[in-house]
Amino acid sequence: MEVSLNINGVTHTHDVEPRTLLVQFIRESAGLTGTNIGCDTSSCGACTVHLNGESIKSCTVLAAQVDEMEITTIEGLAESNGDLHPMQQAFHECHALQCGYCTPGMVMACVSLVNENEDLTESQVREGLEGNLCRCTGYHNIVKAALQASES
Amino acid sequence: MIPANFEYVRVDSVEGALEALKEHGDEAKLIAGGHSLLPLMKFRLAAPAFLVDINRLEELKYVEEENGHLRIGALTRHCDVENSELIKTNAGLLADATHHVGDPQVRHRGTIGGAIAHGDPASDIPSALIALRAIIIVSGPSGVREIPIDDFFTGFLETDLNEDELLTEIKVPKAPDAKWSFQKFNRRAQDWAIVGASILLDENNSGVSLINMHSTPFRSTVVEQAIASGATAEEASEMAAEGTEPTADINASIDYRKHLARILVKRGLEEAGR
Ligand SMILES: Cc1cc2nc3c(=O)[nH]c(=O)nc-3n(C[C@H](O)[C@H](O)[C@H](O)COP(=O)(O)OP(=O)(O)OC[C@H]3O[C@@H](n4cnc5c(N)ncnc54)[C@H](O)[C@@H]3O)c2cc1C
Ligand code: FES
Ligand code: FES
Repeated sequence: MEVSLNINGVTHTHDVEPRTLLVQFIRESAGLTGTNIGCDTSSCGACTVHLNGESIKSCTVLAAQVDEMEITTIEGLAESNGDLHPMQQAFHECHALQCGYCTPGMVMACVSLVNENEDLTESQVREGLEGNLCRCTGYHNIVKAALQASES
Repeated sequence: MIPANFEYVRVDSVEGALEALKEHGDEAKLIAGGHSLLPLMKFRLAAPAFLVDINRLEELKYVEEENGHLRIGALTRHCDVENSELIKTNAGLLADATHHVGDPQVRHRGTIGGAIAHGDPASDIPSALIALRAIIIVSGPSGVREIPIDDFFTGFLETDLNEDELLTEIKVPKAPDAKWSFQKFNRRAQDWAIVGASILLDENNSGVSLINMHSTPFRSTVVEQAIASGATAEEASEMAAEGTEPTADINASIDYRKHLARILVKRGLEEAGR
């Protein structure tokens, strides 16, 4: 079937099987490999992207289900002149990543969290990131980055 | 992991959904948020031949108030339930239970109708709805049925829904003055409940329901009766494991689950002011 997604402002139309997962469409059909697959069972959050501005786990959505909708991936955050999104900048400044595997999903989850909540507290950030696992950092600097970006 | 292949049909109305179900018979499966069904399909524990996508049934996305009830459309996402002022004011227990489902990403996709239709005894949402005495509204080829929630769950992952029926609405009696508590015990924030309890104390009506303590979402009539006859939180909670048939798994033995049920009901009753 034909699936057409607007990913980061660009329309990607491909003929795919109905069983194609959104994350496969993003990585394999659209060639945007910034979005990672970690657990493939909706537990780790590495595959987090935005659907119409809200965070979702793209390993647990069919591409067909979101046909003709708007997807934002990590590649779509920075300005076209290369200026980082405030959340990316905060991750950079707070040293919120080590191996970087969880980072695309973490950043997308943090942006959605900040967009949905005014005056985020530390405990709201910790709770709001419950669906994203990081095996390296111990979360501390990720939380710091999310709070820093939420203030800017 | 990729699901087995299937044919995909998208519908945009209740009528369209019912027609698709009629046409494809028992080979068809509805998909709402897909957050229970897709994981099963990826593990190949489910392999429907036809998938009927109901995500775009805008007519079933609403929270409204009517006389003494809230009416919640089946396709309302968890995030819209947990943030609805109407639900927070009139059925705070449901908003809080929904807030404890999975994580924000899951709550952006999963729907209240899907959570009920799946019939999972480990799910948070049916438990809150049992305590609140909700009514489930279903449309099928022969019209509309109203099913009291106590008659809805018929077995492990089994409900009173027929294969050609669509769950359209949940009717929740308003309980703005009730005291309530939602208790969920798990090891990691996003996990399912190892055991949980929903407690609702209203002037002359109480609702007590347990999560993951039986083959179906479970109403503890024993505890409800104890409360009605004046038992303290301590006394009533001692009976919380009665009538339950929990199973053992990697997280908990049967005895530990029963212990948790007693502890969580006690905490819940106390938090609700008993
Ligand atoms: C990582 C993760 C963590 C989770 N954690 C929790 C948790 O802590 N607590 C909890 O309670 N839940 C949890 N869930 C489950 C979540 O709440 C699901 O969203 C919900 O159980 C199913 O809703 P859905 O819309 O995704 O349904 P789907 O998966 O689309 O459907 C589920 C079943 O219901 C049927 N169905 C769906 N809608 C209808 C309808 N309108 N009429 C008739 N049949 C219908 C489908 O055919 C299918 O059989 C979790 C899920 C994930 C992926
Ligand atoms: S890969 Fe999607 S949640 Fe882990
Ligand atoms: S930085 Fe390595 S998993 Fe998070």
